Amino acid sequence: MSKIEIRGIYKLFGDDPEKHLEQAKAGMSKEQMLADNGHTIGLRDISLSIEAGSIFVIMGLSGSGKSTLIRHFNRLIEPTAGEILVDGQNVMELGTRDLETFRQQTMSMVFQRFGLLPHHSVLDNAAYGLKIQGKGRKEREEKATHWLEQVGLAGFEQQFPHQLSGGMQQRVGLARALATDAEILLMDEAFSALDPLIRREMQDQLLALQAKLNKTIVFITHDLDEALRLGNRIAILKDGELVQEGTPEDILLHPANDYVQSFLQDVNRGKVLTASHALSRGSLTLTTRTQPAKALQLLQDKARDYAPVLDGKALRGVITVASVQKAQADGARDIANYLDDVTSVPADTGLDEVLGHMLREQQPLAVTGENGEFVGWLSRSKVSELVSPTPEESQ
Amino acid sequence: MSDNFPQVFDARGMRHSIDQFVEGLVTNYADVLETISAPFLHMLVWIEQLLRTAPWWSVVIAVGVIAWLASRRILMALGMALMLCVVGLLGLWDQGMQTLALMIMSTAISVIIGIPVGIMMSRFSWLRRIMLPVLDVMQTMPGFVYLIPVVMLFGLGKIPAIIATVIYAVPPLIRLTDLGIRLVDQDVLEASRAFGANPRQQLFGVQLPLALPNIMAGINQTTMMALSMVVIASMIGARGLGQEVLLGINRLEVGRGLLAGTAIVVLAIIFDRITQAYGKRQTAGGNS
Ligand SMILES: Nc1ncnc2c1ncn2[C@@H]1O[C@H](COP(=O)(O)OP(=O)(O)OP(=O)(O)O)[C@@H](O)[C@H]1O
Ligand SMILES: [Mg+2]
Repeated sequence: MSKIEIRGIYKLFGDDPEKHLEQAKAGMSKEQMLADNGHTIGLRDISLSIEAGSIFVIMGLSGSGKSTLIRHFNRLIEPTAGEILVDGQNVMELGTRDLETFRQQTMSMVFQRFGLLPHHSVLDNAAYGLKIQGKGRKEREEKATHWLEQVGLAGFEQQFPHQLSGGMQQRVGLARALATDAEILLMDEAFSALDPLIRREMQDQLLALQAKLNKTIVFITHDLDEALRLGNRIAILKDGELVQEGTPEDILLHPANDYVQSFLQDVNRGKVLTASHALSRGSLTLTTRTQPAKALQLLQDKARDYAPVLDGKALRGVITVASVQKAQADGARDIANYLDDVTSVPADTGLDEVLGHMLREQQPLAVTGENGEFVGWLSRSKVSELVSPTPEESQ
Repeated sequence: MSDNFPQVFDARGMRHSIDQFVEGLVTNYADVLETISAPFLHMLVWIEQLLRTAPWWSVVIAVGVIAWLASRRILMALGMALMLCVVGLLGLWDQGMQTLALMIMSTAISVIIGIPVGIMMSRFSWLRRIMLPVLDVMQTMPGFVYLIPVVMLFGLGKIPAIIATVIYAVPPLIRLTDLGIRLVDQDVLEASRAFGANPRQQLFGVQLPLALPNIMAGINQTTMMALSMVVIASMIGARGLGQEVLLGINRLEVGRGLLAGTAIVVLAIIFDRITQAYGKRQTAGGNS
């Protein structure tokens, strides 16, 4: 079920956006609109659907409309046209009171520039959302203390924001957002102000929290590595338009155009793509119960030198034509005792690690799933193609 | 001197009709205005009585305590208490207390009027467009000009003195409240909106606290300007240090004028230091 759905959002900034909406719908460019009548096209015809329990990443260059878009979800910015549905409810129809309640209960937000109250202690900042919800002091302080501890700020409760480093302030912002128990978390470049180390740490923390809490998270970032690491799906904006939307693999393997491609240039593909992306197709599998004659027959039919041997679904080893022939000569009932060991890697292993295995071993590498089941053989040529694509490949 | 500047309209006639308008007001509304202003008068008299009848040392201690509350510095509190003693040493304790009462009253009224008006101005840009020129006029129009109608309406005494003082002293507070609220960090305000704060919660939880240093600067300005009005106020019947200065001028008694003037300066310093210290502490406690 989709948690958030937006349909046909347009946003024009200026004195009389309605008047110029038709021109924007007709496709007038951002530059021309600005030159003609001084209106800025913030967003043009954005439709998105965000699944409950997923991390949805919005990417794009500076000024592409990311902040504008995320502020539509809780109506900090009103669209010029379009619909916003959360849990099937049209947010645009909420009155002032209902909108306030909606913001208190359903969505919370983490800001790039923190937005902490400078005159309140860290504890009171973390409790701010609860205070607005009208919760009593005791409950506020309990929850705020709990979340401050969760983000690693235990002991700083009585400090003031200006006494904290940027990374710590950002954690206060995160604690404040988590404390309200809202199902949806909006994060506008929440980690951009942090140094790479803390940033990495915060990403891990977010993923760990997400595994526990299963919130719906909308996350804005400039950084593709971050997007690929966190996102279940990624949307890419350019000049207020949605250029591409899909899974990280989709984006990486099938970039929609040069703009998307340009984002991908510096990304560490070996980290993002995994063994599961580099499987060779059409595997022949045998079981430990297969009779030697049958095995030989199958191997010869498919013109293979070796095949994986399974016991149930689990991978037991590999058998070569020579071993099958030996089993046959020995008059064995099945091939169970003639297997060679095989090296396997889990399907979610990053390709750069896979590459290491490939260089060390000449033997074929098997790829296994979560429970050790055989998924397929690793294709050496695919690995090298994916890690360093040839120019045609990336078109 | 030349009298032949073209006469576009009848300025002389206009003067006349203004006079008549004010006279009309006086005859029709003087009673009403007196009823309205009565509670203020009572309050002022009450404060004045309190300050004048209380033993001098209790007032000195009270000022010291207030200074300490504002600054949390013991030295500051002692200094302010000693300053107040100077007024007494100059032989002007009683007049000083009268002036102090007038100051407290007009500052209080200025705050009651100034802060809400400043808040409204920061909310509604149309109101700001109207108010800014009005404030300019209030600050530049010579005090004597509006003393005339005020005196006509209220008669000589304390009420017109307060009104004249407030008119002159409230503009900086209005300006600085408006400015302070508009300068509040928009990111913080947005965050509070994002968490569902209603306008009242935004105002009292974010805007006013963050604007407080500016508002305190405004109150500081207001007290300074109010003090500079005491001499003029004394011309319409407010007694106190201003009256002493006025007497000094009238009788060409330089000594009398100078001592009273010094006492006014001393009061000014006390007000200034206390309000500033409070404002500074607000800034320091919050954002660095
Ligand atoms: N209040 C506003 N008035 C006019 N134009 C605006 C306003 N807010 C945003 N814009 C315009 O909308 C466009 C998108 O801005 P937005 O802040 O959403 O970009 P962004 O993708 O978040 O950029 P960044 O990565 O720098 O934060 C910009 O061209 C900006 O000029
Ligand atoms: Mg932004």
